[in-house]
Amino acid sequence: MDHFARLKLPVVLQLDAAALDRSYFALQRQWHPDRFIGKPPEERAKASAEAAALNEAYQTLKDPLGRAIYMAELKGIALPGDGKTIDDPDLLTEVMDAREELQEASSVGEVDALAKFAREDLEQALSGLPRLFEANDKAAIRKALLRMRYLDKFAEEARARRANLQRA
Amino acid sequence: MSLLEIHEPGETPLPHAGEASLAVGIDLGTTNSVVAIAREGKPAALHDESGKALVPSVVAYPASGGVLVGEEAHLLTVHEPRNVVASIKRLMGRGAADLHTVAGVLPYEIEPGTGQTDMVKLRIGGKARSPVEISAEILKALRVRAEAALEKKIERAVITVPAYFDDAARTATRDAARVAGLEVLRLVNEPTAAALAYGLDKGAEGLYAVYDLGGGTFDFSLLRLEKGVFQVLATGGDTALGGDDFDRAIAERMLGERKKDGLADAVDEAAVKAALALARQMKEQLSDRDQTSGRLEVAGVPSFHALGRTEFDDMIAAPVKRTVDISKHVLADAGMTAGEIQGVVLVGGSTRVPLVRASVADMIGKPPLTDIDPDEVVALGAALQAEALTGGSDTLLLDVTPLSLGLETMGGIVEKVVPRNTPIPVQLAQEFTTYQDGQTAMAMHVVQGEREMVADCRSLARFELQGIPPMTAGAARIRVTYAVDADGLLTVAAEERTTGTQQRIEVKPSYGLSHDDMADMLYDSLDHAEDDMKLRLLTEARVEARRNLLALDAALTKDGALLSKDERGELDAACAKLEQTMAAEDRDAINAAAEALETLVKPFAERRMDRGIREALAGLSMQDLESRVGEK
Repeated sequence: MDHFARLKLPVVLQLDAAALDRSYFALQRQWHPDRFIGKPPEERAKASAEAAALNEAYQTLKDPLGRAIYMAELKGIALPGDGKTIDDPDLLTEVMDAREELQEASSVGEVDALAKFAREDLEQALSGLPRLFEANDKAAIRKALLRMRYLDKFAEEARARRANLQRA
Repeated sequence: MSLLEIHEPGETPLPHAGEASLAVGIDLGTTNSVVAIAREGKPAALHDESGKALVPSVVAYPASGGVLVGEEAHLLTVHEPRNVVASIKRLMGRGAADLHTVAGVLPYEIEPGTGQTDMVKLRIGGKARSPVEISAEILKALRVRAEAALEKKIERAVITVPAYFDDAARTATRDAARVAGLEVLRLVNEPTAAALAYGLDKGAEGLYAVYDLGGGTFDFSLLRLEKGVFQVLATGGDTALGGDDFDRAIAERMLGERKKDGLADAVDEAAVKAALALARQMKEQLSDRDQTSGRLEVAGVPSFHALGRTEFDDMIAAPVKRTVDISKHVLADAGMTAGEIQGVVLVGGSTRVPLVRASVADMIGKPPLTDIDPDEVVALGAALQAEALTGGSDTLLLDVTPLSLGLETMGGIVEKVVPRNTPIPVQLAQEFTTYQDGQTAMAMHVVQGEREMVADCRSLARFELQGIPPMTAGAARIRVTYAVDADGLLTVAAEERTTGTQQRIEVKPSYGLSHDDMADMLYDSLDHAEDDMKLRLLTEARVEARRNLLALDAALTKDGALLSKDERGELDAACAKLEQTMAAEDRDAINAAAEALETLVKPFAERRMDRGIREALAGLSMQDLESRVGEK
């Protein structure tokens, strides 16, 4: 069962966050181990497994980027594992330039500006995704997702850099 | 499948189907404990004959025999300091090095753990006792109080633990309950319990924060409250930060003042205990006034000490700021801003300190909520949950893992399998592979923490997956599964997927971590994130380079004859160059050398591939070949 089916939701990129929460809460009310205290061990084990699967599905679908990557996987589009070499030369250049800029940023303001830029870029890329999915352009989806994953990571790195600067 | 389980030995929860006995909620605190009961959604703390709900978490083993708990135990401190133990919660699942000293002296005589675990034991009342045994005495006393108040036998409880309690400390708490004759229905995180009490009582909805500063631990949690659902969004804290630190600062100061005044004290256990007790009184007085003073007597020699609020604020500024920093980090984790918080619930006696209140108000931009007694709110929430679990209710608690759980990979890098703030229960798997050709075993090292390098995280367990069939490096598929149950306890399983060889290994959590390790592990990932990332990238570059060198070495041994002498010379030089850069700290240099080597290796790799194809085709007729192609 895929994550969408488990949460009784349609397989769509633009998922309604409130609908996701409603469905998740309703199913957890049914399956959470707290509802099975005092029940036979096999029922408890089943509930626990079901609750864990619901949590995994919810965590994956809650985040728009995670959801997009998961939908791509359902289509058979695999991204290289985290921390592996980026196989897109343009993106590689972009990443290296951006990291250098981040390293050279010497004030919280500069870091914030870079992070804001990355976040906006990510938003922009996210809004372009439905079109690529509609066209079922697998190569373009993969390229876009790789870049978005990098932008997401970059925002995280900017946060670390920011904390470091604030401490100094 | 090779299994590793981290749970308390012999745990077999018995179902109590259809049994309608009462279950209580217990806040087993560092300084004070409270037991409460809820009926029809109305929680109440259980009081003793004199009307007190708080039971000091103090246990005494008097020379005359027997065991005392609470106020009576506290009174014995004056005459038999060596037979009294307080703040035992700080040592649950901890090692000797976690104990704090005051003026270089420990308040207890300790015995380091022996045998399977390193959990520290205290020499109290002439006998070595573990924190589990001592905590069990407190739980027994609470059970007796509840049985007296309710006139019923009590066998089941919900017990609260700091959200930041790790696996060892949670296990120790469950063990203590069992020793006390209580079945733990659920371990609930303290901030979550507080939110439950608050939300149900006040009908709160929206985003709430719980700021919980107890005697020994700090937790900050963000929850969404909505129609009976209590969803924890993010949590963070420090298991070694609390009001005890404030007491210690005052005590050290007083002992220092005595020294300055020329009092040649032999600072021993008794002196330290007396100083800590007075320090606590002075701290509490400073919550209502600007100036206080106290009389400290050590070995019959008195001294007088004055302390002003401003001075006290300066002394505790650093730990209080740390709580604010942690809180901000939790907010960022959840992608929220302070302005979105509807209210902050204060929990723990230490939130009575004015500087703490002011700092929280300043951070959130609104005064904190204090309608429910901060000392009782956690036990009330636990009681509500106990009722929900036994009697059924519409309330649903959705909690998260406070710390990331990961596996050590090459170069001492931590690969996170379950990220922090993942809702529980959870089961997540990740695939790992071998690093060397023909590798038949893989060491599994399970760690907890946020840092990128294993050395900076807490080690939970180690085991070895054996029986991996010899394959080329990177070909084996080892699936490692982490499961965290609703109590926050972890089970790890590993399986080589091409064989599925079965092995079962049970490992108990390793207790015993120094305070520094703990502090490091807990929340300074924030302070180190950037350095960590650099170190990780450097290590990854080294690991990758080493992998390539190993692969090349294997290829050269087999097919070295395909190269001319000059080519081989160039290749060897490039390898040496790479080795040289790997010994230094420059990641870019390593990558450049690796790329240079890669360029030289390319023609060699092509020749090997050609030869491989030629060999495969040798002796096959055209027909054979066609049928083979057809099979594909």
